[in-house]
Order: sequence, then C-alpha cells, then structure tokens
Amino acid sequence: MTDALATPDAVRSDDLVPHAPRSRDLFAKFDGLIAERHALLQTNVHDPLGVVMEQVLSPTRAIIKGRETILLGTYNYMGMTFDPDVLAAGERALREYGSGTTGSRVLNGTYQTHKACEDALRDFYAMDHAMVFSTGYQANLGMISTLAGKGDYVIIDGDSHASIYDGCWLGDAEIVRFRHNDVADLEKRLRRLPPDAGKLVVLEGVYSMLGDVAPLAEMVAACKRHGAMTLVDEAHAMGFFGVNGRGVFEEAGVEDEVDFVVGTFSKSVGTVGGYCVSNHPKFDVLRFACRPYVFTASLPPSVVATAEASIRKLGGASAKRAHLWKNSRRLHGGLRELGYRLGTETAQSAIIAVMMPDQDRTVATWNALIERGLYVNMARPPATPAGTFLLRCSLCAEHTDAEVEDILRIFGEAGRETGVIG
Amino acid sequence: MIDRENVFARLAALIEPFNRKSAPLSEATTFAGDLEWDSLTVMDFVAAVEDEFDILITMNMQAEIETVGQLVDAVGKLRSQA
Ligand SMILES: Cc1ncc(COP(=O)(O)O)c(C=O)c1O
Repeated sequence: MTDALATPDAVRSDDLVPHAPRSRDLFAKFDGLIAERHALLQTNVHDPLGVVMEQVLSPTRAIIKGRETILLGTYNYMGMTFDPDVLAAGERALREYGSGTTGSRVLNGTYQTHKACEDALRDFYAMDHAMVFSTGYQANLGMISTLAGKGDYVIIDGDSHASIYDGCWLGDAEIVRFRHNDVADLEKRLRRLPPDAGKLVVLEGVYSMLGDVAPLAEMVAACKRHGAMTLVDEAHAMGFFGVNGRGVFEEAGVEDEVDFVVGTFSKSVGTVGGYCVSNHPKFDVLRFACRPYVFTASLPPSVVATAEASIRKLGGASAKRAHLWKNSRRLHGGLRELGYRLGTETAQSAIIAVMMPDQDRTVATWNALIERGLYVNMARPPATPAGTFLLRCSLCAEHTDAEVEDILRIFGEAGRETGVIG
Repeated sequence: MIDRENVFARLAALIEPFNRKSAPLSEATTFAGDLEWDSLTVMDFVAAVEDEFDILITMNMQAEIETVGQLVDAVGKLRSQA
C-alpha cells in the first residue's frame, strides 16, 4: 500500500532504493552442501570431486597431482580416445571444417560431417533413422519430452538416470514409476493405465550406479502386451553388449521390438554427443519438434568426425569386447576374494560397484586408492540407489591383465588400511 | 466407494513401517516435515499405496500431495474412477 510505504520510519539510511525489500540470499539453500564440502576437505588430503587430470597418457593412465595413476573410473569402456584413426578423422575435420558450427542443426549447423556421423549410426544399428544431439543428456530430454505430450504417460524405472527424470519434468506427460528392474511391478502399472492412452516406457540397458543389467526381453514383451512404445537408453552398454556392440537390447534379442534407442558418444565412442536411432517412419519430424535438438548449437565437426570413425570401428571390435568381459570378470572375482561387498552377484557389465559402509570410510578408502595411484569414482546419495555409498570401478578394454592385477593389489592394501576389509 | 476412515486406517498401516520417528499420525501430518521422508522413502511408500488400492499415483499428482489428508482424498478420488 502506497501510504504505508511512504512512512519515513520505514526507510533505512543505508537503503539506496527506499522501501525495497532486503534481498534474500538465494544461496542460503546451499549452506548445508557448503558445510558438507568444507568438512570433507578438512579431513582428507584429496578431494574426490576436485580431481584434475594434469596429463592424459592413454585411455587407462593419467597424471593426477604429479603422480601416474591408473584410471578405473572413466566411461572409456572401449578405449577409443587415442585410437589413431579416430584422432586422424578429428584432425582432418578440424582443419577442413573449422573449430565449430556456430549454429543449430536445423539452420547452419548441419555439415557433411554430421550427416556422415548419422550414416555411421544407421549402419551400426541397421536402423532407418538416426538423429545426433549435442549430448546424451539432451537426447533423453528431447526424446522423452517431445514423444510424450499432454495426456500421455511416461513409465520409468525408479533408478533412472537424471537425464530421464529431467526429460519427464521438461514435458507435459503424466509420469509413473516402477520398482527398479522389476518386470511384475512394471506390468502391474501398465495394466492400471487407461488402455487407449499413449504410453512410453523408458528403460536402460545397464544401470550405471550398480552396473546391473535390465531384463529387457521380459520388460519389452510386457510393454508390447499393453500397447506401450519403448525407449532404451544404452549409454553404458553400447560398444560392449551384443555381437555387433549395439547394446543389451541386441543381446536380449529384442532389436525388432524396441521403438527407440538412445545413446551417447561420451562413453564407448570416446568423445561427446548423444543420439537416438529408430525405424519409426515418421521419426525425422522430431528434427523440427524437439526443442533440445533445435535450440542449441550442433557439435563441432571434429567431434562428430571422431564419433563417426569410432562408431565404424566399434561394430567389428569383438576382440576388444571379449577382453573387456575378461577384465570385468577378473576384477569382480578378485575384489570379492579380497572381501569386498559388490553391487552385483556376478560381473554383469563393465561397471563393478564396491558397496561401502558409510560416507567417512568411502572417502577414506577413495583417498587410500588415489595415494597409491588408482582413480575410481565415488558415488553417494542421491545419485545412488537406496542411499548407498559406492566406489564405482569401470573397466576399459585397454586395461592389460597386469594392470587389473595391480588394481587388485592396490584395493587390497587400501581396504586393509581403512578397515573396510579384514 | 470406500469411506475416509477405512482409507486412513489402511494408509496408517502402510505408513507404519516407514515411520522411524514414530511421529503421531493425523490427516494433518506432512510427509516431508513430520515424517521426514526423503525421495527414496516416498517412492517405496507410493508403490505400496498403489498396490494396496490398485491405483496409480503419478509423480505429477505426488507433487501436489503434502499431507496424509490430501493422500486420503487422492486415494478416494482414484478409487472412484477405477
Ligand atoms: C544412462 C545415461 N543416460 C544418459 C547419459 C548422458 O550422457 P551424456 O554424457 O552424453 O550427456 C548418461 C551419462 O552420464 C547416462 O549414464
């Protein structure tokens, strides 16, 4: 009310703008997080969330704090980041097409290199359509929010990746969750949905926190029974699963049943970018309807050129796949022999999650590992399922047998030092 | 139609195993404030409620539900549509 505002005693002498309410610090909500970070840095030598790779020597080795370190916490599953053909393709495109496109895919940002990359994806998957996004995160945002509109339903696994949740929030559909990897729970929820409503079920081949694999054959069959379309995110499986490296959906024999496959270039492919492939005849209309595709700049030509070269090599990389399986099984078995508790009974993927008792011992063990020259990923709630603390190991096809033995020796020493194993 | 008391009693039984602080329950009890539930607990609880009443409570709906009373309303409405 103007009268009240004009009352002189409401004016503080230090107010530049009289009567303006004092601004509330929007950062106040982060005070808990700031205190937690502060405590963590006080009690530990290294900061698990502040690692800097000073030099990168190979897909499996880097210099961290001046020390040569084995990398066991990257998503470089197939070790493509220093592949000579991949590097050559990127260097050539950088010189021929310049450093960036400065525009959207639907305006000036589609170069020959982007087309060639989409061709490589179509060949790799033997599918009719491929669409390259600037990241995998945006591929999920775009696909989910665009496919499912008002009145439609998106049905997601409770342990879905953040990009899947965010894709749900960006769209207007109704969101239903089912218990992680539980086919009966999914089917129960599908049965309760209106039979004629549009439905999109979003699944992941490999779940990245524990490295467990979805029962895709049973799940996709349940979706078909209830008239739901399916989208499978193969971020952590592409390159590794299936005879052609397409993902868990290939290994599970449901290639003809899945409607959309999403993936990323930031893991096995070894660069950055995201994509969706499909056989749906109307798929290409998404290039105009999908906001996270339209309203952002396209990837630099050198990036899509490296992705193309890498994807073309991944199709035939069965020897590498076999070695990655060998590494994953050896690490899983070895860690178990040492007495560690692991996220899965057997090695289901290239991710081996070591279950830790609490935050303090997680950080302490992480520190003991890095001091001995081994980098793994630390994961904690809310990113992890059921409030667990994890040291996540992800293997690379370029880890040698000797490196895996070294890794196990270091895990033995570190775990005994922090009392996590006997 | 099932009556309010019946729904409340069945919900109270479902809340019980998640009520670690033994907070007193009424229609005014809030899930985030009084019961101090995090998102993981909410997810498990919602799944249990859905199965008990054979309904679906979408995440969009969950965002609007803060108190036990609001959940009783929502369950009643969803049951009558089912
Ligand atoms: C399951 C899943 N989907 C999508 C993404 C996003 O991929 P990108 O790194 O390309 O944004 C990730 C990566 O963290 C992921 O784990």
